[in-house]
Order: sequence, then C-alpha cells, then structure tokens
Amino acid sequence: MRGRTIIVLMMALLGALLIGAVFILLAKSDPIRAYQVMLTGPFSSSFGITEVLVRTTPLLLTGLGIIISFRSGVLNIGGEGQILVGAIASAGIALTFPSLPMLILFPLVLLSGAIAGGIWGGIAGVLKAKLNVNEILSTVMLNQIAAQLYLLLIRGILIDPQEVTYGTGVPQTALVPQAVWMTRLIPGARFNTGFIMALVLAGLVYYLLMHTTVGYRLRAVGAGPAAARYAGINVPFYMSLSMVLAGALAGLAGTVEVLGVHHRALEDISSGYGFSAIVAALFGRLHPIGIIPASILFGALILGADMMQRAVSIPAAIVLVIQGFVILFVVASDYFIRRPELLNRWRSRWFRRSEEVS
Amino acid sequence: MLDFIDQGILIGVVATGIRLATPYLLAALGEMLSQRAGVFNLGLEGIMLMGAFAGFYLTFVSQSPMLGLLAAILVGALMGLLMAFVSVTLQAEQGISGIGLSMLGWGLSGLFFRLYVDGIQTIAGLKPWKLPFLSEIPLLGMMFFNHNVIVYFAFLLVPLFWFVLFRTTWGLSVRAVGMTPQAVDTLGVSVTGIRYQCLIIGGMMAGLAGATLTVANTHMFADNITAGRGFIAIALVYFGRWSPWGILAGSLLFSMADSFQLWVQVLGINFPYELAVMLPYMVTIIALMVSYGRVWPPAALGKPYERGVRG
Repeated sequence: MRGRTIIVLMMALLGALLIGAVFILLAKSDPIRAYQVMLTGPFSSSFGITEVLVRTTPLLLTGLGIIISFRSGVLNIGGEGQILVGAIASAGIALTFPSLPMLILFPLVLLSGAIAGGIWGGIAGVLKAKLNVNEILSTVMLNQIAAQLYLLLIRGILIDPQEVTYGTGVPQTALVPQAVWMTRLIPGARFNTGFIMALVLAGLVYYLLMHTTVGYRLRAVGAGPAAARYAGINVPFYMSLSMVLAGALAGLAGTVEVLGVHHRALEDISSGYGFSAIVAALFGRLHPIGIIPASILFGALILGADMMQRAVSIPAAIVLVIQGFVILFVVASDYFIRRPELLNRWRSRWFRRSEEVS
Repeated sequence: MLDFIDQGILIGVVATGIRLATPYLLAALGEMLSQRAGVFNLGLEGIMLMGAFAGFYLTFVSQSPMLGLLAAILVGALMGLLMAFVSVTLQAEQGISGIGLSMLGWGLSGLFFRLYVDGIQTIAGLKPWKLPFLSEIPLLGMMFFNHNVIVYFAFLLVPLFWFVLFRTTWGLSVRAVGMTPQAVDTLGVSVTGIRYQCLIIGGMMAGLAGATLTVANTHMFADNITAGRGFIAIALVYFGRWSPWGILAGSLLFSMADSFQLWVQVLGINFPYELAVMLPYMVTIIALMVSYGRVWPPAALGKPYERGVRG
C-alpha cells in the first residue's frame, strides 16, 4: 500500500513536469536543459542547499497547519493571509518594544506571530463552526484583506523612518532589533534556526494528531462530523480549534521570515508560500512527517524555477502551473488508490488487446 | 430634482455599478448551474484568469474584441471540461480539485502573459453601444442603456437562466441531478452527462466573465487581475440562494458598493486606498454570514455520484 502510494505520487509529479515541458517547448526553449537547471541547480552548491531549506521552512510550518485543518475537515486556503498577519505582528511588536531584554522579547515576538495568525485562522474556523460559512471562501477573502492590511501598515505607521527621511519611500519596516534575529547556522547563508523550530513542531504536530485525545477528536471531526457529534465530541469547538492551530503555525512561518530571513517586514514577503504549502501538504498525504520531504521537494522546485528563469528565461510562474497540475493529479489519483482493482482490470484489458493484435 | 447631489456623479456611480456587475453576474450564473447539478466548481477563479488572458491576447493580436471574447469562451469550456473530468469522472474531492484548477489558471495566465506579451499593453476593447431611443431617456438612458454589448447580454441571461432551469425538461434534469442523482439515473438520464454539460457551460460563462475584465473594463491584462472575483462569484451563489434573481440582486449590491468605492477615490475624498480595496472582501464575508440559516443547497452538492452506492 505504502509503496504504491509513493509510486502514484511520483507519477503525479512526473505527469505535471511532463505537461510543464510542453509549455517550455511552447516558449521555444529546450525542456531538458530547463529542467536540468531547475532540478539540479538548487543542489549543485552548498549555498543552494541552504537556500532550499530557507524556502522549505515556511512551507513546512504553514503545511503543518494545513494538515491539522484538512484532517479536521476544514479546507483552509488562508495560509497566505495568516503568514502576512504573523509577519506584521512580529515585526510590529519587535519594533515597539526594542529595549526589552532578549529573554522576554524573543518569546513575546514568537507568540505575537502565532497569536495573530491564530486569530486570523480562527475567524474562518468560528464562522464555519457557528454560522456554516464556507471556509474556502472566507479564507480567500481573509487573504485579500490581510494583504491590504499588511500594505497599509508597511506603507503607513510601520514604515521605516529612514525611508521617510531619505524620501525613497520603499514600503518596508525598519530592521527589527538584533536581539530577536534567529541565529544563522552557516556563515554567509540565510539558513537559520527557524528550520530546526519547524522540524520540532512537525514532531509535536505528529504527536498531537496521532497520540493525544485532542488529536483523535480533531481527526474524528474530519472523518465524519455527524458521527463525531454522536460520540459526544464538541464539533464546533474542535473545528474552530483546528483553524486556530493552523493559523498559529502559518503565523509562525511569517515570524520566521521576519526574524530569520529578512530581519524586517517587506513587500511580497510571502510570495505564495501559503498556496505552495497546500501542495506540499497534499503531496505529503496530509501526514505531519510526510510533509517534511514534501516541503523540501517543493522548496527546491520554487528555488529551481527562479534559477531556471535566470538561466533560460522561462518565467518562474511555471512552478505555479506545475503545482496546479500536481494538485489535480494527486487528488485524481485517489481514485486509483481507492480502487486498485481498476488498474488491474485496465492492465488485463490492454494485455488482451495486444494479444489480439499479435 | 436632485440638487443635493451632482446628477453626473449619480449617473456615474450607477452606470459604473451596472458595468462592474457583469463579470460577477456571468461567473455566478455559470457557477449556479454547476452547483444546481451538484458540482461545486471552486476553480472559477482560475477559469476567469484564463478567460481574461485569452480574451486580452486574441484582441491584442487580431484587433478584434469579438474574437477575443470567443477565445475566452472556448478556453473556459476547456477548463470546465478539465474540472468535469477530474471531479465527475475521477470523483475527486471537489474543494481540493478547485484549488488546483485555480492555481493552474493563475500560473498559466501569468506564464503566457510573460511569454507572449510582457509589459503593459493596452487594447482597444469593446465600445459602448447606445441603444436607440432607450438611451435618449433622461437620466435612466445614460445609466442603463449606454453600455458595451456583454452588459446587455449578461442581464438578459438572468431571465433566460430562470426559464431554462425552471421551465424546461433539461432544467428539471439539472435540478434533479443535484438533488437525487440516483432517481435521475433510474429514469435513464445520464448524471455524468448532465454534470459535464453544466460544468462546461459554467466554464464558458466564467471564461467570458474573465474576458469582461480585460476586453471590456480595463483594456489591459495584469497578473492575477481577477483578485478573488471568482471566489466572490461563488459566494454570490450562496447569497442568491441558487436563484438567478437572487444572484442578480447580489451582483448589483456588490458592484454598486465597488463602484461607490471607486468614485470615492476618483472624487479625491480622503479615505485610505487599502481600506477601500478591502471593502468588497469584507462585504463578501458579511454576506456569507447573513446567508446563514437561509441556505438550502442542492442535496447532492459536492458528492461525486457512483452507481450502485447509496448516497
């Protein structure tokens, strides 16, 4: 079963890459050379590998949240907005209280990112649990609202005073105090302790979902809300909780982008991580450990697409196309995973045909 | 008569509102049809983006807006077919496949734009078509009868959709497929066939809705130009309770708010730009909240149909 699942996933990725190759051909480029850059480029230097992990971290954190919510039956696509509110809350708190001792400020900044994200996710969760508001629609709307709120703040009250003084007006906050920067693990690279934090949280989410009562109840609500209600589980509460947790994890992803990568909140800080995390979570079959290799894979694809854009000038937007096809293929392949007999039937039909021909 | 408000502004707000209602109306009517047949097409945003690009590009190359609109309808039909294959034939979870389709449309339209156009290009687009006599009516003429041809088309589709859905055999089949597919299947009507038809028509309408944004309204294309309008259109289906008239009311409510917001900016009233942009999304959430308790979706909505399995 597990072996076949991996084969089906690999076929889904391969299929998406093959379709991507058609579009590279349409762009009058050589797909083999383009994919060579895209797939091997990120791993051809140690700096490349650290940059893969820099992109893996937000995918992993946000993806863990996606797993919790999807497993609880809530189709949360609000990762993007939750990342943004987490980032701006962390930057805002860090810049408001720069003189607090590091031992207080650092946890406070982490917490503010998680709380802001948790509230943002929680809104969609409570609306679904109490008022039956479709979560896909509400999270999309919350993404758009968060994006505007984020811009309003980095262009307005949180803008770097230097940008105002020099009149350059780049919409970004000032650098956050050095005391809260996440330690960079390799000199000269942006790779930081945020990745370690994400790995630890993956372990914690695994434990929570698979080995605690709360996790069991969350999964029960996801498997069948009616049955869960008969079993005495407070369905609205656990639905809301799943979204609060999902938002908190995505909010932390935003915090790591600020504290570990950019050291400030700037425009386009998330660049689609919230959506790619859904792909990574589905590709990891919604398992808190399975998502670790999946987010490394998609982190590498995102970086590889950037490299490809520079090397053979194929727009990096192609990675979105590939991700879209990966989702469609993975979700469609469930049909075959659920019905192994179908593959066998088709196989025997093909065999029969080839016999007739020969 | 209306001396407390400038007549020109009033005409402007209403006329812009009517024009902005078109993409919502087209996309939401198509989505209503898909949902009435029991399929939740969340890929609307992606289809609209593809339609927006196809319409823009063909108009850009051929200088003919009509050709652009036709291309958008065709691309929409293909995207609808893809959604039908994944969610009807392969019985995939409809919410997730819709997310996939949205990402696909977002990526593909952005990719093609960078490959074949790149940079800001404007097209001639559709010209308003003044209806003879009707556009001569003072006040009302300028508000309602001085628009491009898609606007009239979209508003005429509302009674047409009502008629097809509630007064024809095909419409009855569509509604029945969304309620009790087993019963329809027993009567020899193809559940799969009806769902494919509805998703393809819905796709064509979403493609046209996307092209409305580029060919008729802005005369340009930009990455992610729909900015969530596909999802707002889906929300309008809930808000309109799966009825063409409800969707008409919802679309107008939204587009009037949108138009008001635009005019506030045009007139230079001091109001933060970002808050104004946020407004339609907040209104959507509120609209979804007040729909609570009144919502009776088609019973089989979101459930793939499998012969021999009790629903």
